[in-house]
Amino acid sequence: MTGLSAIELEDVVKEYHSHGEVVQAVKGVTLDIAEGEFFSLLGPSGCGKTTTMRMIAGFEAPSKGLVRLHGQDVTNVPPNKRDVNMVFQSYALFPHMSVWDNVAFGLKQRKTPQEEIRRRVGEMLEIVDLAGRDKRMPRQMSGGQQQRVALARALVNRPRALLLDEPLGALDLKLRQAMQIELKRIQREVGITFVYVTHDQNEALTMSDRIAVMNDGLVEQLAGPREIYERPATPFVAGFIGTSNLLTGAATGGELKIGGGRVLVPGHDGDVTVTVRPEKITIGTEEPGPGRSAVRGTVAEVVYLGTYNSYAVSLADGAEITVFQQNVHDATATAERGDSVWLSWQAQHSYVIGS
Amino acid sequence: MRRLTPYLLALPSWMWLAIFLVVPMVAMASVSLQTGNAIDGYAMTFSFSNYGDAIGRYSTQLLRSLLYGGLATLAMLVIGYPVAYWIAFKGGTRKSMYLFLLLLPFFVSFVLRTISWNFLLSDNGILLGTLKGWGLLPADFHVLATTFAVIGGLTYNFLPFMILPIYVALERVDPRVVEAAQDLYATRAAAFRRVVLPLSLPGVFAGVLMTFVPATADPINAAILGGTSNTMIGNIIQTEYLTNLDYPTASALSFTLMAVLLVGIFVYARALGTENVLEAAAR
Repeated sequence: MTGLSAIELEDVVKEYHSHGEVVQAVKGVTLDIAEGEFFSLLGPSGCGKTTTMRMIAGFEAPSKGLVRLHGQDVTNVPPNKRDVNMVFQSYALFPHMSVWDNVAFGLKQRKTPQEEIRRRVGEMLEIVDLAGRDKRMPRQMSGGQQQRVALARALVNRPRALLLDEPLGALDLKLRQAMQIELKRIQREVGITFVYVTHDQNEALTMSDRIAVMNDGLVEQLAGPREIYERPATPFVAGFIGTSNLLTGAATGGELKIGGGRVLVPGHDGDVTVTVRPEKITIGTEEPGPGRSAVRGTVAEVVYLGTYNSYAVSLADGAEITVFQQNVHDATATAERGDSVWLSWQAQHSYVIGS
Repeated sequence: MRRLTPYLLALPSWMWLAIFLVVPMVAMASVSLQTGNAIDGYAMTFSFSNYGDAIGRYSTQLLRSLLYGGLATLAMLVIGYPVAYWIAFKGGTRKSMYLFLLLLPFFVSFVLRTISWNFLLSDNGILLGTLKGWGLLPADFHVLATTFAVIGGLTYNFLPFMILPIYVALERVDPRVVEAAQDLYATRAAAFRRVVLPLSLPGVFAGVLMTFVPATADPINAAILGGTSNTMIGNIIQTEYLTNLDYPTASALSFTLMAVLLVGIFVYARALGTENVLEAAAR
């Protein structure tokens, strides 16, 4: 991050009229995306992330608010006059053009000299590892290859920002993971701002410098991946990112009495919502000593997941807690279904939402 | 037995084609080579000169038909493409209603539709009569019995056959592909020219085929709207067959027309590179 703003949204609202009703897809989003940043818009479908991106690209005009690219107000500038390019969810390659013509399209529209087009398209196909396939038609290529053509078609124009709308959604898991690493590498190589729309929290956590978690047309939290994972600002974020245990109750003297035990929340009193990540919790039969949060429960389910076991533990008051335990020693479970167990974790691993 | 099943299932259609397409074609071909007259009958003489004679006698009408058919097709393309475009991209949830409206005139017979034009455009009818009454048109102004009326009638009658295939092709164009072009610095016009138009060409190709062939061969519009000086080849064939009972000339003209149209289509397909276009649009 150089600190310069690449993209700024100022209180952007997008309303649609449908059957005489006004529907707000985006309800007031303010973002400041820095030059060279890998920025993700993360959220479930219908949360407004794609609409937000389309307003950055220029396909939708905001009902209210401002969009700035590199300090210039582009709120009402059409997409063909904006120095950003987009990689579409379904790639949207031109089906009647070869790979080469697809990639050269933007340069030709900008009346780039023939010689330069040849050089830049060649280089770009090299980068995305498609050299020698330039005469193929899109329909003759696999999903992963089409994906790379779409990426090359956008990047060859050296836009000041690249917008990616769930670009890996259609790929299978292996390819998706490979492309994640690939995208990150390309982003580092070309050094331009990436705005990445996804509903896949792993994707967002792996690649992003910062993430805006969106829900119902609003940004719930805007922070780095670690911060979002460890310190979710709202119950929605805690639930959406990874698996999370939510415990609610009234705390007295920095302690929340729950499930025949205690959750340590130093410095908090009154109603609190606490999250604990499943992998932070230790499962055992002995009551742990003081200084740790500890609750009692009964194992309701054990699921073997290869690298770890997942336990669902029911507390006395009906709450259910998920625990992940790494299979460090062997594959046998520490506890069986029906066992009465103690769950404990370090005080620092309880995070009081909104604090 | 199982292997034969598909062939057995196809048998009725093959029989149908054989009886109602191949047999009449062969019969017509043989009639076109006969000589004789309507009273004594016709006999096979392998008289290939029938073709030369027929073409020589009616070359004017043959060329006129191709010209009228071509102009009407052009007019249909110019009128029909925007309509198809509008329905495909701006029709929203009412697309089916617009298509239904487009086909609504087809619930009335072809001849009646054309006669209603006659009624509408007659020299002192509702339209021209009223305008003349207001002094907006000279008293001797007329539309019927002109080239314009015939081409207008052809254009009107075959227009939906142009619009529908173009609509189908445009409907299949992913709006995101158009957005991608605009995202890549293309203006709306450039996005249309470089992306939408090429992707709709298979529809244009089909539309031209489906309208040019019947419009060129059509006898009804010229008969009802054209008066005496706009006779097309369809009218000649009809007259030779039904009035003059000169079957060989009528058959020879029919085959000539068919050959000309087939060659035309072949050249057209080559020029447009349909195979490539179709392949590309098929993805």
